[in-house]
Amino acid sequence: MSTDLEQFYEIFFEESSELLADMETCLLRLDVNSPDLEDLNAIFRAAHSIKGGAGTFGFTDMTEMTHMLETLLDKLRKGELEVRSEMVDAFLRAGDIIKGQLAGHRGEGQADPAAAAAVCEELKRLSDETQVSAKENLVSNAKSELMPIEQEVGEIAEMATSSPAEVASGLTYCIEFSSAGINSAAMENLFANLQQLGRLEKVVSTDEKEFCKFKLTTSKSEEDIWETLAFVVDPAKLKIELDLPVRSEINASEAQTLISNVTATASSVGEAESAAANISSEPGYGFFPGAPAAPKNLDGSDLTENSLQPKSIDNGKNDDQAVSNKSSKKASAAAPASEASSIRVSIEKVDQMINLVGELVITQAMLAQTASQFDPVVFEKLHSGMNQLERNTRDLQESVMSIRMMPISFVFSRYPRVVRDLAAKLNKRVELKTVGENTELDKGLIEKIADPLTHLVRNSLDHGIEIPEKRVAAGKSAQGTITLRAFHQGGSIIIEVSDDGAGLNRGKILAKAKERGLPVHDGMTDQEVWLLIFEAGFSTAETVTDVSGRGVGMDVVKRNIQGMGGRIDIESALGVGTRISIRLPLTLAILDGLSVAVGDQMFIVPLNYIVESLQPTAADIKTVSGHGRVVQVRGEYLPVIALHEIFNLHPNVTAVHEGILVILEAEGYKAALFVDDLIGQHQVVIKSLESNYRRVQGVSGATIMGDGKVALILDTAALVMASQQEAV
Amino acid sequence: MPHEQSKIGTIAPSNSITSHLANEFLTFRLGEEEYGIEILKVQEIRGYDSITHIANAPEFIKGVVNLRGIIVPIIDMRIKFRLGNADYDQFTVVIILNVAGRVMGIVVDGVSDVISLGTDQMRPTPGFGSVIDTEYIMGLGTVDERMLILIDIEKLMSSSDMGLIEQSIN
Repeated sequence: MSTDLEQFYEIFFEESSELLADMETCLLRLDVNSPDLEDLNAIFRAAHSIKGGAGTFGFTDMTEMTHMLETLLDKLRKGELEVRSEMVDAFLRAGDIIKGQLAGHRGEGQADPAAAAAVCEELKRLSDETQVSAKENLVSNAKSELMPIEQEVGEIAEMATSSPAEVASGLTYCIEFSSAGINSAAMENLFANLQQLGRLEKVVSTDEKEFCKFKLTTSKSEEDIWETLAFVVDPAKLKIELDLPVRSEINASEAQTLISNVTATASSVGEAESAAANISSEPGYGFFPGAPAAPKNLDGSDLTENSLQPKSIDNGKNDDQAVSNKSSKKASAAAPASEASSIRVSIEKVDQMINLVGELVITQAMLAQTASQFDPVVFEKLHSGMNQLERNTRDLQESVMSIRMMPISFVFSRYPRVVRDLAAKLNKRVELKTVGENTELDKGLIEKIADPLTHLVRNSLDHGIEIPEKRVAAGKSAQGTITLRAFHQGGSIIIEVSDDGAGLNRGKILAKAKERGLPVHDGMTDQEVWLLIFEAGFSTAETVTDVSGRGVGMDVVKRNIQGMGGRIDIESALGVGTRISIRLPLTLAILDGLSVAVGDQMFIVPLNYIVESLQPTAADIKTVSGHGRVVQVRGEYLPVIALHEIFNLHPNVTAVHEGILVILEAEGYKAALFVDDLIGQHQVVIKSLESNYRRVQGVSGATIMGDGKVALILDTAALVMASQQEAV
Repeated sequence: MPHEQSKIGTIAPSNSITSHLANEFLTFRLGEEEYGIEILKVQEIRGYDSITHIANAPEFIKGVVNLRGIIVPIIDMRIKFRLGNADYDQFTVVIILNVAGRVMGIVVDGVSDVISLGTDQMRPTPGFGSVIDTEYIMGLGTVDERMLILIDIEKLMSSSDMGLIEQSIN
């Protein structure tokens, strides 16, 4: 039995992780002052799902924790308790604990039972506080209690646009139905159920038991009431209306006058309405839209009532529908893509598919080459078929490649929490803005970018954003802003971390660099100075905190980004802010390259490192101390890297001026790569050499060319750096 | 290789040899010698075609080829063991192996057949000086008058002197 369950463990773990992430997002979105019931419900659902799964698999620690969460959430949901920020904190901590427990069950690390117990205790305390704090709230916050009422009336005035779910304090519904054919026991049961939902008030209790009308004040939505009733009552004979004192015809000024006696109005209007309904409903026909026409012997007033009644039902229905549509739309906008349908596929399968498509593209290229030798007139059909094949293969390749692409929101979504926690720790007020969350990039990059980005965000928060007093003194708003922005530019994705903080201090950085003995001088450009902060062990922070200031990290960030084939730029203005932008290739799997030939071998040079290609004259080539060659390009002397010397190849040309020089730039250094010939520009699929072989000096990977041959991709940065070391 | 030597070592095969041996072997020739490798390590057999050289690699590593989208290094065993002439024609055979979770190819003079060996046909390796470290020889097999050198191909390919796999994590 246990072995049967084990195969579902992985699914449970993944689902739980997702649910936890959703829960966290909802928690962070939750506005303590006006909690959205929909969010609370979502959190509750997540906790409940985890509890269910954990229970099935016998993870009792998780069950306990989620149960505590549920208890408190349920009270919040029912409006028995007001949401407070300490609760949100507790929820977040509980989420962390569950994450830890999950990892523990997964066999990755150990859950901390003591911490779990502590959080459990806190949740328990918070939920037990219910009655006390509710009373306290009633007494002490009498003033603030007035606010929701005012708000309510305001909303009512706005054509009852407020959704029933939004007002947590509860609404009064007017429920009418025909009780014909329902036995008394069922009726009693129904009323008991309704009483559980909220305060029940019978308006009409006719002796004939033919017709029931009552009012229910509850925090539940109309659907809940409907569901409760639908078990017993024929839905066609059921009518639930929001018992609002005012309808669309009322205007704001009238609403204002109503504020003082809102409750009185509500009840009186309700009574009036019910009385009117009573009159009309006495014959009992008004509630059967499909019933035969009203008897002719009825007087005129009854007729008008009858003809009006269905109309008002319709209006009410439409209103409610519009409202519920609106609220659901709002919810879907607030939680984008959470409901997007997707399937879980292992990454190996995707990679295998990408490989196969790559093969298909190569085969297609081969066929195309062969077909091009046939007479296009005689083999017209073959040629049109080949064209179609080419188009289809390209489309297929594109769509398969897009499988690996994921929106960057997967990374961005973790930062609200990071910022929230850190800001609280540092006593700063920070708002995090994210722009362009839907920008897509390769899944492999998504995973790798998370750590460097976290570091940059933390750094911005710690060093960039000043404490509120300082900000106010500098004439800025007390709340700082950190903006995460992602967008496509050309074949790259650019991710920016910007803050409106203090900016980098040029003097301070230069002084620190001199102190550390780095080769700096006052004439350096700002750009060069800013890049100093990426030096290992460099920090201008006056005090070392546990957040940052040890000078470890920025150099790691730089190294990681470079490892991904990206680069990093800083813009900063003192007192205005700093913007760090990371430029990454869209995918790790595809690279734009220039193919070059040396002897009988072909190599790929990544295009983003190439500045230009030129054929030098013999006079441009100079030697330094007999061997090292340099080439003069527009006044600059660049070291010449002869590829055949590095790779021990037999080139077709040995004299530099007979071949081609490809000017490369990497990490601020330039060098000229000497090759026999340029062949062409390709988009190549990067294949790892290391998966079956080992790392090769000067080569970053391999690719398969159109003819099925393997070409090596040059590690341009390493080549350029090596040439620099030789030159120094 | 002196034939008598294999007869000297006619001691009952020890359990350590027999227990982990697969029964079926793919036999191939290198020069005048016949070798056998476990059939389960063999992925496929193909011809020798266009190869991309790898700079500064040892001589026996001929380079890499494209095997249906994966980059596979090719090792010429004749150069590695200094047996036979390392020339390449349409009869040159590459055995694609799947060892230690990696795919790699070895160039041999020719593939003979697949044979089954019972435990009684396998002899322990006698100690003798050889170009191959006896560490990588599982034993010697006898089939009629033929002698097979049974290679522990996985151990050989993942050894440091092949330089195929980076030994240190760095």
